[in-house]
Amino acid sequence: MTANQIMFLLFSVIVVVCSILTVTSRKILRAAVYLLFVLVSTSGLYFMLNYQFLAAVQLTLYAGGIVVLIIFSILLTSHISQKFEPIGWKKSAFSALAVIAGAIVTIVTILDFRFAASGKAAVEADMKLIGKSLLGTGFEGYALPFEVISILLIAAMVAAIVIAKKGGPSRSDSQTLKQ
Amino acid sequence: MNAGIPLQYFLVLATIMFFTGIYGFLTRRNLITILMSTELILNSVNINFMAFNRYLFPHKLDGMFFSLFIIAVAAAEAAVAIAIIINIYRRFTTINVEDVDEMKF
Repeated sequence: MTANQIMFLLFSVIVVVCSILTVTSRKILRAAVYLLFVLVSTSGLYFMLNYQFLAAVQLTLYAGGIVVLIIFSILLTSHISQKFEPIGWKKSAFSALAVIAGAIVTIVTILDFRFAASGKAAVEADMKLIGKSLLGTGFEGYALPFEVISILLIAAMVAAIVIAKKGGPSRSDSQTLKQ
Repeated sequence: MNAGIPLQYFLVLATIMFFTGIYGFLTRRNLITILMSTELILNSVNINFMAFNRYLFPHKLDGMFFSLFIIAVAAAEAAVAIAIIINIYRRFTTINVEDVDEMKF
């Protein structure tokens, strides 16, 4: 076993065990921390694939941003010591049956399929190339999805503020605005 | 690089993660844990994109940019979802999906 394989084994064991614990843990804060472990070891997998930029984005945005957001909302909406009541055996058994059947079908298909690599020389994803591709308009340029994503982020930010704001603008406010 | 790790290992790992997320989505009742299951599903898709990009098309960066955009969409989705969840909590004082069964008063 090479060092590479040992690292992959380590990361995949963490990912599998912690994702199962994320969906089965009966304490909500623990589930969030297990999700953090999953996301961090996923970023380790990206490092193994030699995509340093995306691994860093994964660490900062997922592990740093989304998990903190989730933990904040847990603290706002739940009691820490509260435990979920166990799921009925019927629901969990049938869900597990459906999920395992789906997983078996997918895994058998993956192992059966013969993937054909292009065999061309690998290109290194350095910052210069990423920046040029993100803002390029020509061949292999991603300017349009980049702009669409920025509009989506603005819309999401405004929507989050509007939804979570305490109450809407009251009637007297809008009247004073009209005057 | 990546000697001794075939592409299929990454794909099987992502499959297990994806279906774990589906299981959580089906069985959980708390809105925040459902959101966490969704994050698991999106993350497993990202692993697939990256592995395909590295193993099958190493001369391009398409998979990497797809993952980047998926991460951005996931962040936006989490922000809006948590705003909605907090609003629901303010109105019903619970975020259990079975107790929140009215859409409008």
